[in-house]
Parts: sequence; C-alpha cells; structure tokens
Amino acid sequence: MAMAALRREGRRILLSPTVPNPSPAAASAAVTRSSAISQPEMAPLGARSISTQVVRNRMKSVKNIQKITKAMKMVAASKLRAVQTRTENSRGLWEPFTALLGDAPSVDVKKNVIVAITSDKGLCGGINSTSVKVSRALHKLTSGPEKESKFVILGEKGKVQLVRDSRNSIEMTVTELQKNPINYTQIAVLADDILKNVEYDALRVIFNKFHSVISFKPTMVTILSPEVAEKESEAGGKMGDLDSYEIEGGETKSEILQNLAEFQFSCVLYNGALENACSELGARMSAMDSSSRNAGDMLDRLTLTYNRTRQASITTELIEIISGASALEG
Amino acid sequence: MLRHAARRLVSRTAAAAPARRALATAEVPAEAGEDSTFVEAWRKVAPNLEPPTTPLSLMKPRPPTPATIPTKLTVNFVLPYKSEIANKEVDMVIVPATTGQMGVLPGHVATIAELKPGVLSVHEGNDVTKYFVSSGFAFVHANSIADIVAVEAVPVDQIDPALVQKGLADFTAKLGSASTDLEKAEAQIGVDVHSALNAALTG
Repeated sequence: MAMAALRREGRRILLSPTVPNPSPAAASAAVTRSSAISQPEMAPLGARSISTQVVRNRMKSVKNIQKITKAMKMVAASKLRAVQTRTENSRGLWEPFTALLGDAPSVDVKKNVIVAITSDKGLCGGINSTSVKVSRALHKLTSGPEKESKFVILGEKGKVQLVRDSRNSIEMTVTELQKNPINYTQIAVLADDILKNVEYDALRVIFNKFHSVISFKPTMVTILSPEVAEKESEAGGKMGDLDSYEIEGGETKSEILQNLAEFQFSCVLYNGALENACSELGARMSAMDSSSRNAGDMLDRLTLTYNRTRQASITTELIEIISGASALEG
Repeated sequence: MLRHAARRLVSRTAAAAPARRALATAEVPAEAGEDSTFVEAWRKVAPNLEPPTTPLSLMKPRPPTPATIPTKLTVNFVLPYKSEIANKEVDMVIVPATTGQMGVLPGHVATIAELKPGVLSVHEGNDVTKYFVSSGFAFVHANSIADIVAVEAVPVDQIDPALVQKGLADFTAKLGSASTDLEKAEAQIGVDVHSALNAALTG
C-alpha cells in the first residue's frame, strides 16, 4: 500500500506542470517523459516505473509447470519400481528359446513383419523416436524387390510418427497396451491376434531394453516362421541345429515348431512390452527431473530480474521524491 | 525311465565321438555375440544409427557339451512372472510331456517336449519339489541343461483339494450342457486341467 501511494505521489509530482525550478534529475525525467508521450505505443503513461506484471505472470506459470513436472516425476518413479521388478523377473523367459533356436537377425526372407513396441504417452525423452528410427532403418533393410516389409505398431506414439511416411506399410496398430498393468494373458491374446492377422516369414520385435533409469538400448528379436526356421537350421549358421533334437508330443515336427514359434513370440512380446514400459518410465523420470530443474533455474532468473526491477523503480521514485522536495525547499 | 536309461547309454557312447559333439550346436559360440553380416548390412542402410542389440549379445553363452556326462543336471525353470529355478544343479526332473511323464537325467538325449497340465517334480538328493504346471515347453540340451518354460506353475502343496473337486464338478456339468464347439472345447480343457490337478493331489 505504502509503495503504491509513493508511486502515485511521484507520478503526481512529475505530472504537475507547475513545478518551479526543476532540478536536473527531474528535468531529465521530464525529457524522457516527453519523449515517452511522443511515442505512446512504446511506453504508455506511467511506464517509467517498469511494469512487473508480465514477469509476475510468467513466474506463476513457470512455478505451475514445475509443480506438474515434479508430480510426473514422482508418479513415474513410484510406478517404475513395480514395473522394474516385473521386468527383471520376466528376463529369463526368452533365454531358453534363444538357446534352442539361436538368433538370425541377418536372415533374408520374403515377408518381414516389424513389430515396433512404443509407448502411448509422450513426455518420456527419446525412447519412442529411437524405436521408430530403428524400425524405419530395418524397414529399409528388409524391403526390396520381391521382398516386402510390414509394420505392426504397438502404442500411440509410434503410430503417429510412422503414419507420416510409411502409411502404406502399416498392417495393424494396437494402442492402450498399458492401460492395465501388463500381464502375460493379455499379451498372449495380443500375440495371437497379430499372428492371425499378418502373414510372416520373419517377425522382428523392436523395443527398448531397460538398463538403468538413464539408459536404454534399442533391441531387436527375430522370430522365424516354422518353415523358415527348419530351412535355416538345415543350412546351418547362427540357428541352432534342430535336427539333433528329438521331439516329444505333437503329431509332426512342423506342428511342434509352429507351437514353438507362437509361444516364443508371445514370450518375447511379453518381455519386450515390459522392458519398453520400464524404459518409458525411466526416461520419463529423468526427462521430468531435468525439466523441473530447468523450471527452477528459469524461476531463479525471473525472480532476480523481478526483484532488480522492483528495487530500481523504488530507488528511482525515492530519488524523484527527494529531489522534488529539495527543489521546493530551495 | 528305462527307455531313458538306454538313451543315456547311447548318448554316452556318442558323446565321445567329436562328430556328435559338433552336431549339437545348441550352445552359442562364445566369441560371436553379434551377427557380423547383419551389422554390415545395417551400416549400409543407416550409417548414423547404432545397430540394435540382439538377444545373442545379451545372453551368457551356454557351455559346450562336455566329453563325459556330468553327474548333475542344470535346470532353468522360468515362468512369465519369475524365474522359479535358475541354473540350479539337480539330480533329475520329471516333466509332464504330452506323450507321458518324462524323466530327465544328466546326459539325456537332446529333446524338445511340449508339456500338458501335470506335475513337474525336481529331485535333488532326497528332496523332491513338486509343481503343478499348466502348459509350456521343455528343452533338454545335449550339454545336460534342461530349460523348462511354463505359463503357470504352483507348488502342489498350495492347491486346495476342495476347490479342485468343485471345479471338476462344475466343468463336468458344463461339458454336459455345452452346445457349441467352442463351449465344449473350453469345458473339456477345464475338465482336463482339473482331473490332472486331482490326480496330482491324490497320486
């Protein structure tokens, strides 16, 4: 209140045209005022005490953003703990399959299906764009004359990015995977759905493997169709030698290989979805942490500017009052 | 059991020959974590992007087939939500294959077996741990490592006999009243699982 009164007072002194013997300071102020009047759009009336309203509004919004990012970080951190244990527990699931069937990333087949696992929500650093970039490069690698390569996209963000340039290659998309905590039954149903709707010689599942909160690695798992697997294992190479295994149960070898490939796909997809969810939460946590820190820095800078301006205007006004008073006395 | 004893003898004589060992390529070559042809092809397409990691580079390589049969069997028993048994050395496991109970001893011939609902027992000295598994696969490798992947498994002593009886009665009734093929198949699965559970508890 006192401040406002002072400010008003100062303005009145300056505005009154009947000030006798203006002191040099008041004169210069008057000069600036007259120039201010000549350019009213640049500095409106009374603008010599700089308005702090804009800065205050900005500070308020930055503070609110910081609150939101902090809350998001906390939410991600608390979710991460649960998902991380589940992810670590699911890691054993794909190893038996790799030990048995080996892995053939360089396999050259006609029908490639790229299953890209991405997240539904954004604000989680670069994990989705990494998945998309890898999928795109893989699409380039696997498509060619007499070959085709299709996308199956899990997650909203991957869909949005890939729809832009590879709309024609997208076979199916699935979203809202993470509405409920990921469980095996749900993934098995999804895997079944994918296998029913696409024809494949090789499925390539792409996801971000969780290493730590700040690091994740794009990973690709190749799953071959039973026929291709049989052919590859006969040709030798990276595939395990299936012929040396005796087969129990099932009518024929191809039937069991079919079951095996489908089961492998569901297991890999389950682990991949969990790994990706875990990476997403970790990435969101670190992204939100750095943005709250940024907001804090910005707030500090704004506060400094705000205080400095306020102080400067107070000082100016005080000088004006005092010099005005001393001019009256003299 | 006897039939596997015979197999053991066969595989023991076979394991001595290097040709037999070379055939069993289930284990991963120790040095090659990455597929070099894939990495090269990748570099041509996307020179600015690191090639994605592949499962082989993430996995610890499996040991090669030893010349002599080890005394213990290394077992990995995994479920989607946990690794029940990881790299544990045991004397024998009996898995419920679709063709019947299958005993796996060290030196068992390499096998892929599909599992049906039934009891999986792990024998370790005098201790026997019994699990009821729903379904899955068992892989026995030539290097005396057995990998068992199941969708669901519970220790047998955690099963409530009263609920099993009730479920069995329910599904038998459903099987009788089922009209469509799908319903019939679902009821049949229920009856199969519950009778296997019942047999596990009484047997």
